[in-house]
Amino acid sequence: MNKDILLCGVGGQGTVLAAKILAAAAMNAGEEAHSAETIGMAQRGGPVTSHVRIGESYSPLIPEGKADILMAFEPAEAVRNLHYLSRDGIVIVNKAPVKPITESLHDTGYDGSEMISYLKGKCRCVVMDSEKLASAKFLNIAMLGIAAGTGRLGFTKEQLIVEIEKRVPARFLEANIEAFEKGFETGEEK
Amino acid sequence: MKKEYVMGNGAIALGALTAGVNLAAGYPGTPSSEIIETLSKYSGGEIHLEWSVNEKAAMEVACAAAYTGARSMVTMKQMGLNVASDPFMSVAYVGVKGGMVVVSADDPGPISSQTEQDTRRFAEFARVPVFDPSSAGEAYEMVQDAFEYSEKYSTPVLFRPTTRVCHAYSSVEIADSFETKEYEGFVKDSGKWVIFPKLANANHGMIEKRNIQIGEDFSSYRFNTFTGSSKKAVVAGGVSCSYAREFLKDYPDLKLIRVATPYPFPEDFMLKALEGVEEVLCFEELSPFLEEKTLQLIGKHRLDIKVSGKLDGAAPSKGEYSADIAADVLGRFFGIDAGDGNDLSDMPDLPVRPPVLCAGCPHRGAFYAVKRAMQGRKAYFCGDIGCYTLGNAMPLDMVDTCLCMGAGVTMAQGFHWVENDAVTFAFIGDSTFFASGITGVVNAVYNEADMILCVLDNSTTAMTGHQPHPGTGRNMMGNAVEKISIEKILEGIGLNKIVTVDPLDLDASVNAVNECAEEKGVKAIIFKSPCIAISKPKGKCVIDGKCVNCKKCIKEIGCPALITVDGQVAIDRNLCTGCGLCAQICPVSAIGGADNE
Repeated sequence: MNKDILLCGVGGQGTVLAAKILAAAAMNAGEEAHSAETIGMAQRGGPVTSHVRIGESYSPLIPEGKADILMAFEPAEAVRNLHYLSRDGIVIVNKAPVKPITESLHDTGYDGSEMISYLKGKCRCVVMDSEKLASAKFLNIAMLGIAAGTGRLGFTKEQLIVEIEKRVPARFLEANIEAFEKGFETGEEK
Repeated sequence: MKKEYVMGNGAIALGALTAGVNLAAGYPGTPSSEIIETLSKYSGGEIHLEWSVNEKAAMEVACAAAYTGARSMVTMKQMGLNVASDPFMSVAYVGVKGGMVVVSADDPGPISSQTEQDTRRFAEFARVPVFDPSSAGEAYEMVQDAFEYSEKYSTPVLFRPTTRVCHAYSSVEIADSFETKEYEGFVKDSGKWVIFPKLANANHGMIEKRNIQIGEDFSSYRFNTFTGSSKKAVVAGGVSCSYAREFLKDYPDLKLIRVATPYPFPEDFMLKALEGVEEVLCFEELSPFLEEKTLQLIGKHRLDIKVSGKLDGAAPSKGEYSADIAADVLGRFFGIDAGDGNDLSDMPDLPVRPPVLCAGCPHRGAFYAVKRAMQGRKAYFCGDIGCYTLGNAMPLDMVDTCLCMGAGVTMAQGFHWVENDAVTFAFIGDSTFFASGITGVVNAVYNEADMILCVLDNSTTAMTGHQPHPGTGRNMMGNAVEKISIEKILEGIGLNKIVTVDPLDLDASVNAVNECAEEKGVKAIIFKSPCIAISKPKGKCVIDGKCVNCKKCIKEIGCPALITVDGQVAIDRNLCTGCGLCAQICPVSAIGGADNE
């Protein structure tokens, strides 16, 4: 199985943990997995990406037009990375915008909605209403739930949950699993 | 053997442990920092590990260890090698007894650095061998080879991963247990270990001869490989080779020559690889190193082979490469059409996201206080390397210069000497102060400069991932140690005035700046407040009905937690740490601080 999953968002949204969980679940399913992260200065509020490559691959970065799933934690970041998506790929996008300071200073009215309608016109798209689904703390886990729900990951819900259990603090586990399950239902509906 | 899912830096650390490393020292710097951290996690206290005060110190600690026959490792980013170049250039002449591997991680892009310098150049400059891994798994193997070659030829060796090797994760087969190397101990021999001009002259001759031999040895090195049989060939190294492999995986006949040891160049290997080749494309990040070496070889042997790459514009001369750049450049070279992607030419304008100081970052308070106090006065703000370089972002706009580690302190003096009507400030973080700030302060006092030193003390090395330093009271052996006091150091140097203040207390901070600006000589303000990533949030700020939506808070300090929702100022509760700086700025007292909760 070859599967390329690109996670993108803004530094601090939890893409790195989500990428680790995906890679670990893939390995549980007997696959090779690789991932590549943005670390350093860009983490301070800049755009970040995690490239998760399942199956045999050489490049640590996903080539353009090859991503099977684009998991975008922020609408503009989905558009910024849309060139990675393959023609039959799917975008899972969180509707809530993260406004950079430059926007607050100049108030261009960026609220993410223009990005969402652009995405809808370009590709298959699952829009996540994070406010309904989960608090921002569990956004990454809810996103994983949606991805699992779409049935496109190539491994089971249980294989993911095992890895979530290993990696989130015990006191937040229940809330995380709840966010995952709600996400899963959203993914299934699409 | 067992499988572990590790980062490239983790693989380098585990490879060193497998090779029996006895000591490792480094200074944090993206993308190299996780090597020492992984060593700490897996070594079980068996080897000496340290975050040295800077790269020069790390290099010298490791040199002595290697003189005894122990195996040592030094880690740093590429800029760090500039700092460590003094001992490094000399130890290249002196040589070592135990294996000594100097890891200098390059940062194509650059993503988190001041320059796109190429450590392969440094290897040639210092006349030492260099290894260039193309993936995390390979790095695990190759670092062990690096120790072997280092000991075989009694020379330190460079190991040069790049960001995408350092920060790529993959599952790596690693040894089940590690054993440190047994070593003889230091054998006194001043003719060998004391570098006098006579020794340098003799060793220089020896090194030039030896490097020819290493080049021959590298010609049969296991990671120097070629595949395919076409008349056109790609020459690549490091992660660029992985991008090339990705593109060429469906075309096994096309020739790919991989050079894993760029210096000393494996000439015999290359001559063999070039048999039957008429045209070569060199595909490498940073500088045209392999390209120049290939051109030299072709000239030396008068081969009729056309070479292209960075020098003739066939490949980008700067920036990070990717699978897409490989598809573009290699596709053009081989005449393969990569096909069209999605048409995204109608994409809406995207918000730009320059990196900024985190919400609640105490540095924001320090910068803002200085800005306020200096309003209307001629003042220069010399920045430095760390999170606080981000104080340059609008609306703070408080970093006028940034050059290299520690430079702000001495540059503030330079500005003073030629424009003494300006108040000159140096902003330096606590870790950077210890690394390379202290000598600059001594310089200022000794030469009677007039300046204000602002130490932004957040009790950690924040930008590179919160490593401990001499002021934190912890070291990499896991021990609690006496905190080295920045205040006492400054007292010892003999500053006119030293004030310690909480940067989140705006009035006190502005007063401290004003007081210092009144006095002549070298003054210091220690802005002391912990990094938000290592301290508990105080709560959340709240905006009440008194808000007149003047947006002064946003316009003055640019905190990411201050946003507008439908044109109205609001606080992003996910980001706010309750630092209360905005509450001290609000002209109508509409923002409640953390105390409100």
